[in-house]
Amino acid sequence: MSEFVSMGGYGGYVWSAIAIFLVTLALEAAAPLLKRRRVLRELRGRLRRARKSNEENT
Amino acid sequence: MNPLVLWFHKLGSPPYFYRFAGRLLPWFWGAALAGLAIGLYGGLVLAPADYQQSDAFRIIYVHVPSAWMSLFIYAFMAVNGFIALVWRIKLSETLAMAAAPIGAAFTFICLATGSIWGKPMWGTWWTWDARLTSELVLLFLYLGVLGLHQAIEDRRQAARAAAFLALIGIVNLPIVHFSVNWWNTLHQGDTVKLFGPSLIDSRMLWPLLVMAVATKFLFAASLLSRARVDLLELESGKDWARQIALAEERA
Amino acid sequence: MSYGSTTSACRALLQRDLSLVWRQRGDALNPVLFAVMVVALFPFALGPEPTMLARIAAGTVLVALLLAGLLSLDALFRSDLEDGSLEQLVLSPHPLALLLACKIAVHWLTTALPLLLVAPLLGELLYLPQPVLPVLMVALVLSTPLLSLIGAVCVALTVGMRRSGMLLALLVLPLYVPVLIFAAGACNAAQQGLPVLAPLLWLGAGLALALVLAPLACAAALRISLS
Repeated sequence: MSEFVSMGGYGGYVWSAIAIFLVTLALEAAAPLLKRRRVLRELRGRLRRARKSNEENT
Repeated sequence: MNPLVLWFHKLGSPPYFYRFAGRLLPWFWGAALAGLAIGLYGGLVLAPADYQQSDAFRIIYVHVPSAWMSLFIYAFMAVNGFIALVWRIKLSETLAMAAAPIGAAFTFICLATGSIWGKPMWGTWWTWDARLTSELVLLFLYLGVLGLHQAIEDRRQAARAAAFLALIGIVNLPIVHFSVNWWNTLHQGDTVKLFGPSLIDSRMLWPLLVMAVATKFLFAASLLSRARVDLLELESGKDWARQIALAEERA
Repeated sequence: MSYGSTTSACRALLQRDLSLVWRQRGDALNPVLFAVMVVALFPFALGPEPTMLARIAAGTVLVALLLAGLLSLDALFRSDLEDGSLEQLVLSPHPLALLLACKIAVHWLTTALPLLLVAPLLGELLYLPQPVLPVLMVALVLSTPLLSLIGAVCVALTVGMRRSGMLLALLVLPLYVPVLIFAAGACNAAQQGLPVLAPLLWLGAGLALALVLAPLACAAALRISLS
């Protein structure tokens, strides 16, 4: 197992490369999820305001 | 009309695309994650160590697929940009602009892992080698497209301007590659060839190909989820977007 | 309704732009001043030894001129956009690409030509070896129009923005890389006594290509950003 981690002495290089790959792609995949929440929140806020101003007018 | 053409026209309509992409997404994510797991296991555990580079060569399994993806995504972006400019299809604009940040991420990974690989093999983090430099220029092109898209207020005009820039970039990219090659080269040659025998052992090759396919799925999944959100934002005044927002609230 | 011939439109445009520049001739010297200052900074940073400066001279002059050109690019369509004459150009019945080519030519004449004239002086400041100077000048004559043409396409994309300076640099610089490589490559070859024809021919080929394509691309970009 420790042989696997050390990667013939190149462990630091190999594992940091894999980590950069996975972390960057995870962040990249999370971005649209966060944006989706923001977009939907703004959309609901706009709908609520529109409904309120409708009720005040009638 | 031919049913396939009809379906293609329907796909261009944002609400239909939104639902269609939503159905595909779990499959794409699943295939991407499974592919990554198999590819990384095969690359890191099963593949034998290289006789020259020992275990450091295993960086190839993230570096080379990222490099392939960075070019593939640029081509995808340019083709969609071309369609968006010529036929003014809203979906193509969205897809082209959704691809840009993914491409930039893969280009960044390619550069970062390449420099990590360069340290033990060449002795420096960075050399002004031809391929590294063209990849750096590619990153700047991606950042330019993203920057231009951010800077223009009107979303559709921004997408068209950025798509045009992507097209200029794809004309320029071979010229950059050629000129930088002429200028300086030190990178190892292609070890995997599409035609003719590859210079790589098959036990080392198959995880690389699995990773290449997995990153394609990852791109597809991320692209669709980005495009869905962008369409939702672009069409936030329309009825279908409102209904989705209300349905989420109830859930 | 008759519009007059395309040649007369081009001539009128050239006359107008040249006279506009002439009335503000003080501004036209700004890029030259900038290039001189950038070049003057290098000896301070790297030390005054002539051999060292001679080695970097050609490259430094090229980069200084490139940056000076970049600085002046921003103004290419600025005043025309502000007074509305850019929209008039787009709406005119004459081919927009040709009119834009005239504008780019005026821009090259008024910003790059003064820079070309001071280039020998800049080379002298950095102890540029005598035999390299003609090669540097030929490379500059071929590359500065190329830089103006490529730059104009990117300016057309950013034309409506208020603060476009940094973004323009980001868009333009990757496209400038091949031009810089071949121009500097010719100078370095001359410095080492190697044949210089190949990179200069590549620059010429690039210029021929850009002369045809860049005005068309510039027109398309302008139509996008003014739509």
